Amino acid sequence: MNNKESNAKKGYRWFFLIPFIAMLGVPFYASGTPVLGGFPFFYWYMILWVVLTGVLSLILYSLGA
Amino acid sequence: MNWTAFIVFLILFLFVTVLGFWAARWRRGDLTELSEWSLAGRQFGTFITWFLIGGDLYTAYTFIAVPALVFGAGAVGFFAVPYTILVFPIIFLVMPRFWAVAKAHNYMTPADFVRGRFDSRGLALAVAVTGILATMPYIALQLVGIQVVLEAMGLVGSVGILHDLPLILAFAILAAYTYTSGLRAPATVAVVKDTLIYITVIVAMIVIPIKLGGFGHIFQAANVALLHGPKPASILLSPKGYLAFATLAVGSAFALLLYPHAVTGVFASKGQNAIKRNAAFLPLYSIMLALIAIFGYMALAAHVHTKVTSLVVPLLFLKMFPSWFVGFAFAAIAIGALVPAAIMSIAASNLFTRNIYREYFVPKATTKDEARVAKVVSLVVKLGALLFIVALPLQFAINLQLLGGIWILQTLPSVMIGLYTRWFHRTALLLGWAVGMVVGTLMAVAEAFKSSVYPLQIGHLILPGYAAVWAVLANLIVTVVLTAVFRASHWDAGTDHTAYQDYDEYETSVVS
Repeated sequence: MNNKESNAKKGYRWFFLIPFIAMLGVPFYASGTPVLGGFPFFYWYMILWVVLTGVLSLILYSLGA
Repeated sequence: MNWTAFIVFLILFLFVTVLGFWAARWRRGDLTELSEWSLAGRQFGTFITWFLIGGDLYTAYTFIAVPALVFGAGAVGFFAVPYTILVFPIIFLVMPRFWAVAKAHNYMTPADFVRGRFDSRGLALAVAVTGILATMPYIALQLVGIQVVLEAMGLVGSVGILHDLPLILAFAILAAYTYTSGLRAPATVAVVKDTLIYITVIVAMIVIPIKLGGFGHIFQAANVALLHGPKPASILLSPKGYLAFATLAVGSAFALLLYPHAVTGVFASKGQNAIKRNAAFLPLYSIMLALIAIFGYMALAAHVHTKVTSLVVPLLFLKMFPSWFVGFAFAAIAIGALVPAAIMSIAASNLFTRNIYREYFVPKATTKDEARVAKVVSLVVKLGALLFIVALPLQFAINLQLLGGIWILQTLPSVMIGLYTRWFHRTALLLGWAVGMVVGTLMAVAEAFKSSVYPLQIGHLILPGYAAVWAVLANLIVTVVLTAVFRASHWDAGTDHTAYQDYDEYETSVVS
């Protein structure tokens, strides 16, 4: 892998900003609806992001970030 | 006395004791060398690293304290979930870099790195002392995890020395196998611990909602109970709590990875890919943590009443599970205390040995001397933690743990930002650290340790946020301004002993 290619791959790391935005934008998810399986939105949204962040890490890892 | 529960508990506890001593033979290394004793020879692959970092992330104290907070304060307690979500990107981005430079220079502690990077004994000492101070109460609180389950089984209660005897015994066993096996002990026990915890949580998530009428009902009933509680709260955040929630999450995420025990877990892995893969698989722990937090609501819905909120989870289990499974779940909690307590005491004794003992007292110490000292110090650290819990009011340890989180974040500029830039001047870093420590401590004192959220006032604007975050901002401002001043006046910034390529990600074809 040459340097240029490796730097381009490191650029993928910016995608890690997404979970930060998703988690720190508290006003966007601090609501009770819609309810899913008895879980208010606030709760299932956070649990969903646990999974999404894991998947994001896997994808970025496999892309060589 | 709940005999069935106790017998199951005892069998599991004895099993991990044997395992802890056996660990000395596992992936055998020369345990008289410090890097073997405290980092198990930097050879752990993805699997074991996952258990080690996971063991740091959720400890017995988490198991007890997070639901306790949710039980008393509602939604804000769930900051633990975004907190752990944010940990993974940080692990992925920062930790491979940290691992590489540590491997290149045989650094074993964060303070080792700071010493080499900024050429400053004083700054390294500050980082080491902060790490030790922050870790000690954390170890002490792990004991609380053991104590509450012993208490819930009716094992304590008699007065005098007998009161604490079971706890002292449990801890003596832990101290003994950490002494002989080093990091190999918590690494093997962690596998058992997490198996027990995963089973407990999954069973709880199936059995308890069935008994309580489903999750919808649990949330509703918890909300009603919170509204009528002594301090009315809710299962939804109020807009006033948004900033506190966000700053608690982000501040705790960075703080976690600055704790010496988290660094130990990372350094013990054999490569950067092992660390990165962990970022992808650690979220399993976060899901567990979210579910564990919900135990707080389940306890509210199940009408558990207690003034001692640390008993919330044990009481819930006693109410919901048959005796034998109570014993199983309690063993999960108690063993969950042993793993982090062992890693933490190893990390704290490493800091003492490398950055105080060798640096200031015996500069000629060999790695074998260091290993000898570290082993003894790990005993002293645990004894100190035990005295904390037995001799002092519990609140003292809780307050110090709260302070510890604030303090450890003050090493962010030197350790974590230091991995990326050497622009900061060593003296500016030291003064920034001092300002952050003082500001953070004063904020906690101003809140009388009741909360780690401090309402920062800027003009007419009041911003309630995590005190650690406010303090580290003050720290950064001081560091940046003074660095500019010191650089302009050409004050000697010391020599960087690390080289640009030391930080590189040089993973070759290592398959783990």
